[in-house]
Amino acid sequence: MDFAPTSAPRKAASTKIVIAGGFGVGKTTLVGAVSEIMPLRTEALVTNESEHVDDLAATPSKTTTTVAMDFGRLTLAEDLVLYLFGTPGQRRFWFMWDDLCRGAIGAIVLVDTNRLDESFSPLDYFESKGLPFIVAVNQFDGTREYELDEVASALALPAEVPIIRIDARSRESAKRALVRVTEYALLRLTQSLPVNAT
Amino acid sequence: MVPDDARGPDEPAATARFVRPYTITAGRTKAAVDLPLEATLRLRPHDPSTDEDLAAGALRVLDLCDQRSVAEVSALASMPIGVVRVLLGDLVQQGLVRVQATITESSSKDERIELIERTLRGLRTY
Repeated sequence: MDFAPTSAPRKAASTKIVIAGGFGVGKTTLVGAVSEIMPLRTEALVTNESEHVDDLAATPSKTTTTVAMDFGRLTLAEDLVLYLFGTPGQRRFWFMWDDLCRGAIGAIVLVDTNRLDESFSPLDYFESKGLPFIVAVNQFDGTREYELDEVASALALPAEVPIIRIDARSRESAKRALVRVTEYALLRLTQSLPVNAT
Repeated sequence: MVPDDARGPDEPAATARFVRPYTITAGRTKAAVDLPLEATLRLRPHDPSTDEDLAAGALRVLDLCDQRSVAEVSALASMPIGVVRVLLGDLVQQGLVRVQATITESSSKDERIELIERTLRGLRTY
């Protein structure tokens, strides 16, 4: 008898999901809640070639600064690891976002309803790049609870973008957010939804 | 709007460095191969006696990299991502290290779907 393999052998692989949002909104908390390792910090170098153009005498060499990113790791199977990367907040480090988002399954934009405006830039960025994203409203103690559709409308979210409530400290809650963004990314791929929701 | 340099408590300060990190790569800043942050490295079987020929930085990265991602190697070696990429790229070209699959720009739609489905199955039972 001939047995044809039903599928090609699985290749060992790794994937990633990006966690974005404003300062102190809970990105590293979320990563830490589900990661199997303590979140690690990696650094990239930024050369400030343009910052001292009028001060050359005082700066004999270009200054180099570092930008840090926290990340965590989830071993999902013997041959599959998922990494979660928190985005650096400062806008001048957005070149790092291209690196972070290249090949990502999708992104979770963490939102603090007291500081909605801080999520505008990440939302614009992911929309322009066509990266599937969901919005997760992190519930802080003692803050007024808004209806999700109120938040969605304040953020001018396209109708198809999922929006959920989250407690970034809770493993189960963080896991649900990861499942949701992965489901949405899959749906976008299999249904060939428009890349740019404009 | 928040000014560009505003930082919250979870945002480390950008600090000036006094060591020039790319001296370790002889000034090279471009890696020889494409190395996504999440890509997992695997050691290839090789004769360990040849490791003596490697520079200290390359050796450190070689020791750390098996079954770890580019980002993890960077964090554990305390070397910036760009430096680690150059060193790992060299090791890949020298045949000492290989890179496992990730989603890349050249992945087909089917490959993407397969990897995302696997991730979803793994997450649901995580």
